[in-house]
Amino acid sequence: MSTSTGTDHSLDSFGDATASATRVTPGNALRPEDIALQDTAPATEAIAQYALRLGDDALIYAQRNAHWVSRGPELEEDIALGNITLDQLGHARSFLTYAGKKWGKTEDDLAYWREEEEFTSLHLVEQPNGDFAETTVRGLFLAIYQHLLYTRLLESSDRTLAAISAKALKEVDYHLEHAELWTLRLGQGTEESARRMRRALEKLWPYVEELFQDEPLYEELEGVAPRPSSLREEWDARLADILERAGLAVPEVPYAMCFGRRGEHSEHLGYILAEMQVLARKHPGATW
Amino acid sequence: MAVHQETGGHLTAVQSPEDAEGQARFDAIIAEDSRIEPRDWMPEAYRKSLTRQMSQHAHSEIIGMQPEANWITRAPSLKRKSILIAKVQDEAGHGLYLYSATETLGTDRDTLNDQLLAGRAKYSSIFNYPARTWADMGAIGWLVDGAAIANQVPLCRASYGPYGRAMVRICKEESFHQRQGFEILLELANGTEAQRKMAQDAINRFYAPALMMFGPSDNDSPNSKQSMAWNVKRFSNDDLRQRFVGMIAEQVKVLGLTLPDPELRYDEETGQWIHMELDWDEFNRVIKGGGPCNAQRMARRREAHEEGAWVREAAAAYARKQQEQKEQVA
Repeated sequence: MSTSTGTDHSLDSFGDATASATRVTPGNALRPEDIALQDTAPATEAIAQYALRLGDDALIYAQRNAHWVSRGPELEEDIALGNITLDQLGHARSFLTYAGKKWGKTEDDLAYWREEEEFTSLHLVEQPNGDFAETTVRGLFLAIYQHLLYTRLLESSDRTLAAISAKALKEVDYHLEHAELWTLRLGQGTEESARRMRRALEKLWPYVEELFQDEPLYEELEGVAPRPSSLREEWDARLADILERAGLAVPEVPYAMCFGRRGEHSEHLGYILAEMQVLARKHPGATW
Repeated sequence: MAVHQETGGHLTAVQSPEDAEGQARFDAIIAEDSRIEPRDWMPEAYRKSLTRQMSQHAHSEIIGMQPEANWITRAPSLKRKSILIAKVQDEAGHGLYLYSATETLGTDRDTLNDQLLAGRAKYSSIFNYPARTWADMGAIGWLVDGAAIANQVPLCRASYGPYGRAMVRICKEESFHQRQGFEILLELANGTEAQRKMAQDAINRFYAPALMMFGPSDNDSPNSKQSMAWNVKRFSNDDLRQRFVGMIAEQVKVLGLTLPDPELRYDEETGQWIHMELDWDEFNRVIKGGGPCNAQRMARRREAHEEGAWVREAAAAYARKQQEQKEQVA
């Protein structure tokens, strides 16, 4: 604490600014700020569009999950869900920053000033949090998916995508562990928790198919990104293994027609964006 | 343990030889300004007083997450959103270590949590004020966390070891929180007219409640004297408050904004900062549950706890089953 008549009034007087900021940017990993400073923009429009998709998924998922902070079933979960949210937001910022360089836009231009139909997020990440079982199932579906996807992206010919994925993968590793552990606990815990998990699986299964849809965009991403359909087999196998150990099963419900990638969203996204964008849009041109 | 009666801050009781010996050792440790550790003998009143203070502190961290969590989904830039989530998460972490530190005094976390939910335990009154605008994220960081730091830095030397050590870590993170709050205000102060207004309004609303965080004036603070005698508290409420006022009186100039205090000045003669009279009636009303958000904050905490019950039960049942399986294998 500086004394009452201290003379140092710069920000330094607040002490060690990195004491906790390390959680925002762990170690020397690639940060969105670094990407913004790099000369390299995505080489093609397709790569920028691809980065936008990954960024939108992580952003909307983070925006959803953020609502758990201070509402978790126990204090440890407030921290865990906050952590996952923070990681996903970090991934979103990196992907969006990179995508935006193709169009001379910042991460905030893309997050706050696009209209609903310009977002490319999956319907799965737009789904309401529901109870803790729904959040767990959504997290499990997504963590397995992102784990497979980012692992494949380590091989991407686009070095920035590979670097962002390398950082993200380490964090998604933890998200997967968290989701798996809770799936086992809730699946095998009590009758009530198992019932809620079955219901959550039924509720969210319709949005699974969209994760693996190939778009024409992938014709232009040879060597850059794996086709989503190529992740399906392993995703199914990993999920089946976890569900089996949890005493749960893949539900038998039809898939929903979802086209988030081309801007056709669930009814939820409008509300999500209204909340996320309201303050920024009230003050056009302002910096924060 | 023999029953102690507190009379005028002195302990008079019929002590067993073990207690008398323990008391002598305790007094010696306090006299040489060393640390009491969980297994050391300590007077019941010391244990009780610290349990109250530390758990209140933990509850404040937990309830304090709410006004800030209120702005996570609306944060006006992704970077600010990210910093705010990290900050609120830190607070949950602080709550956790403070509960753990309190548990070393013999009361478990569930009991402490029940006390909070039943309304028998207090938390810092400041969190019963609403966070209405984005600028409140700045004012809370700068003024509320700033006042907390001024209170807590001396607690790093508190005679109870686990408390002092928890404080060291917490203060480090709090200084980051205060800085991010100041940065938010600095950005707003240098922004548009509307942003500047928003910043000034937030400072106007949080100034007096932040000063009241140091507690009632020394003359009206019954626990202060004993707490100082035990080397838990090191400075009086009024002293810490005037030092804090001096610090923010200088910092507000960097913002180009003002503190809503016509009486604010540095008194050369006494070397003290003078501030306006605070509204202790309001303070007492908020403490007794009548602040703008007391009902809302408690309802939210109870709701989270009740809605999480089935999750905690499932986790416990799963842990039991795992244990049984292990035992069967063995």
